[in-house]
Amino acid sequence: MNYYDTVIIGGGHNGLVCATYLAKKGQKVLIVEAADELGGLAATREFAPGFKASVAQTLSHFSEKVVKDLNLSTYGFDFTSAPMANIALNDNGEHVIIEGWGASSKLTGVSEKDADTYGEYHQLLKRFADLLKPFWLKTMPRIGHSTLKESLTYAHLGIKMRMLGRHDMGEFMRVATLPARDLMDENFDNPHLKALLSWDGLIGSKMAPRSPNATVLSLLYRMSGKNEGAHTLPRGGIKSLISALKSAAIDAGVEIKTATKVKRIVIEGNENGLKTEGVELQSGEVISSAKVVSAVDPKTTFLNLVGAQNLEIDFTHRIKRSRCEGFVAKLHLALSDLPNFTGLDKLDGRMVIAPELDAIEFAFDDAKYGEASTNPVLEMVIPSLADESLAPAGQHVLSANVMYVPYKHKNGWTAADKTELYERVINTIERYAPDIREKIITGEILTPFDLEEKFHVTGGHWHHGELSISQMLMMRPTYEAAQYSTPIPGLYLCGAGSHPGGGLMGGPGHNAANEILKAKQ
Amino acid sequence: MKKYDAIIIGAGHNGLTNGAYLAKAGLNVLIVEKNDYIGGAAVSREMEGGWLYSSCSYVSSMLRQTIHRDLNLTKHGLVLVPYLGTVNFGNDGKPLIHYNNENVGYNHLRQHSAHDADSMFKFQADLTRYAQLIRKNLMRTPPNPTSFKPRDIKELLWLAKQFWGLGEKELYEYMRFFTTSAEEFLDDYFENDLIKAAMASPGIIGTALGVYSPGSAYILLHHVMGDVDGNIGAWGLARGGMGAISNAIASAFKSFGGEIRTNAGVQQVLVENGKAVGVVLENGDELRANIVVSNLDAKRTFTQCMDKKDLPPGIYEKAKNFKIRGSSGKVNIALSGLPKFTNLPDNKFINQGGQGFVGSLETMERAYDCWKHGRFSDDPFVETVIPSAWDPTVAPVGKHWMSCFVQYCPPKLANGGWNAEQKEAFGQTVIDKIERYSP
Repeated sequence: MNYYDTVIIGGGHNGLVCATYLAKKGQKVLIVEAADELGGLAATREFAPGFKASVAQTLSHFSEKVVKDLNLSTYGFDFTSAPMANIALNDNGEHVIIEGWGASSKLTGVSEKDADTYGEYHQLLKRFADLLKPFWLKTMPRIGHSTLKESLTYAHLGIKMRMLGRHDMGEFMRVATLPARDLMDENFDNPHLKALLSWDGLIGSKMAPRSPNATVLSLLYRMSGKNEGAHTLPRGGIKSLISALKSAAIDAGVEIKTATKVKRIVIEGNENGLKTEGVELQSGEVISSAKVVSAVDPKTTFLNLVGAQNLEIDFTHRIKRSRCEGFVAKLHLALSDLPNFTGLDKLDGRMVIAPELDAIEFAFDDAKYGEASTNPVLEMVIPSLADESLAPAGQHVLSANVMYVPYKHKNGWTAADKTELYERVINTIERYAPDIREKIITGEILTPFDLEEKFHVTGGHWHHGELSISQMLMMRPTYEAAQYSTPIPGLYLCGAGSHPGGGLMGGPGHNAANEILKAKQ
Repeated sequence: MKKYDAIIIGAGHNGLTNGAYLAKAGLNVLIVEKNDYIGGAAVSREMEGGWLYSSCSYVSSMLRQTIHRDLNLTKHGLVLVPYLGTVNFGNDGKPLIHYNNENVGYNHLRQHSAHDADSMFKFQADLTRYAQLIRKNLMRTPPNPTSFKPRDIKELLWLAKQFWGLGEKELYEYMRFFTTSAEEFLDDYFENDLIKAAMASPGIIGTALGVYSPGSAYILLHHVMGDVDGNIGAWGLARGGMGAISNAIASAFKSFGGEIRTNAGVQQVLVENGKAVGVVLENGDELRANIVVSNLDAKRTFTQCMDKKDLPPGIYEKAKNFKIRGSSGKVNIALSGLPKFTNLPDNKFINQGGQGFVGSLETMERAYDCWKHGRFSDDPFVETVIPSAWDPTVAPVGKHWMSCFVQYCPPKLANGGWNAEQKEAFGQTVIDKIERYSP
């Protein structure tokens, strides 16, 4: 009979991580994935004949602990790759470049003062990032509902803050919710550098440089990895991570079914309340299991798969109102050859087009009213330089994150709107790489609306839910479901919609597995 | 030479209040003021032809009752006339009238949206609850969380206890409320654009944030936190203009033996052996005191009135980074008679309330976007009061004046500073906006 200890819905990286941890502890685990390929937004797919790319284009904070625990290096994942150069493109060809990262970096194109300040700035942020680092891989307990031992997590956080010392603690509290613009203006003069260093705090969120809230926290979150927030592209690309996770899962005994869509989570009730019994597939087949873990976003999980009839009204309301609308579009270009960027000889870095913070701010303004930015800002990489299998020999792929593109277009997304957006983006790139059009064989742009359709993420949101203060820590996705268990016994969450959140990190999958194993004992 | 117990720099209402409390306690206090009048932003100034303008602030809602009682401001001539209601004009259609009478208000809201009329109860209840926690805080000195002094630790624990006492659900709702945008918070309750805009308007007044900016919901609170005669959230107008508030506090201050010197700008705070010992005025006079209190903003205090070498390391830099971003404008209009507003029965509340030309949330946000570009909006958010319709002492007989508060207005225009022509254009924009509702 088809009986599993745990069925995991969704074979993205968090589903895979969670499954492998559980299987390693002897559980019988099945992953069901709707798409043909594993990996979710990190899956490598063919967007044009012979050309492949994944929506997630670089790594910045994948968990060192997960790599070690699951032995990913033995499955072909190279975790030693060096930081990519960060390049803020300047249309006059005098780019701002950060080679290396943090303490061992070299800045060009900025004043000596900015270069010096960068070192101090990075050290300060690193101290803050180190303070938070342990908590990304921990369950954040419920307030007032936890055992003393669990509540110690907060005491621990408080003590660590005090240990920063008086000056740093004051700074931490002041800076933590600061808008990116204020942080940058306080430290730097060069407009390109300011935009470049803000980028990681803003991307993927509905936030612009002037928005107070979680920008700095997002930066610190991304600095929690081994490379202190530097982006890397391992040999073999993002694909090498997903295939290593897959191999590790299979070796641990995890069963995987792709192209299998779940229709609903089976929930039965008796006098003792509700309980999860398994999942029903689109085909009608029911798979029974003691536990169901959802790696898909909270809105899909609760509103579609569980159903409001099984939830408290208040809880449903909180899930419904949680913010989950993406603002980043993805551009993929199939290129006949490498383009020439004016004044740039190496293209294996991360190239950002955002000449100043207000360029990002004003790009955001258009999106607030349901339109794609007139002057989009973007971040580009050429992944085929790290992974030759992405394009036919001698040819290349350009992959870019484009801000800001709303999930909801004010007239609904039409083909014409998309073509216009695509043209705008190419025109923008053309200012820095004049020959780009000659090199384009074909290309696609995926709006958040397309991402939702293709990758089954509500709102096309990278992080399965906005990384804002009210949706972080023990409030992610909402209380009563923030410790990976949910109001329905036997149902757990392990996706980016849970603490610590999105990006290729593996934190939610790791933490959820811990909770599930703890509950079993 | 005479030595004071305390010298206060700036005779704004906070400087005056501080002085009054100190003088009441028996200290020998001098307040020095750069201008030739007192009151700072809470001032009434006589214009040619018998108009008495409250040039800057225009309504009173947050003046603490405790202060009113402690300083016996009524005896010193302060009369606050409660504000009975506001009329909010959207981009089209019927205006939204805010009645203080619950039943009348409910029925009127229903004409705009039945759903929202019902939600209003929950909205008000929630906001008032959020405000209560903050109200408790307003009259306490905030703790320094990085300090180990018993006072700070005690104060921090007091705060933690207040929050802990809310219970889990409330606590999370608070966190959300304090970090979310006005738009998002209002979307939870209301569906009607005009109602949302009317509710959001207090949230943006005087801030450099838009209604879509995270953190703007919290500012809604500042305007349900006030009280007039113990009515939470009530607003009032001071008889004789806003300057009457400053005058009453000044009168209380003087009655306790305090001294005020106008036309006395401070050049520098005198520091000897690491201690403030007095001030040097712009005319060169040196005044000595045991305590120096500054009512100026922190930036001016530390960066202009003090020598960098007199400050502990880091303070100067922090003050320089301190964010002060002017975002509001004020247009005062002298009127030959009372205007008539279209679609408004009985010209509602003209003689005891105000008018909000709010448009929609999007109108407000777009006005904010203009501010970011260093422009004033063609379609600004304007809030008006006609004080002379309530208080005949502030205008010549039969004439009126209208106070127009405008959000957003940049401190510097992108195409240069403010010249007479640009100011004229700004005034005209405001008049054009009002004209749409009062031809």
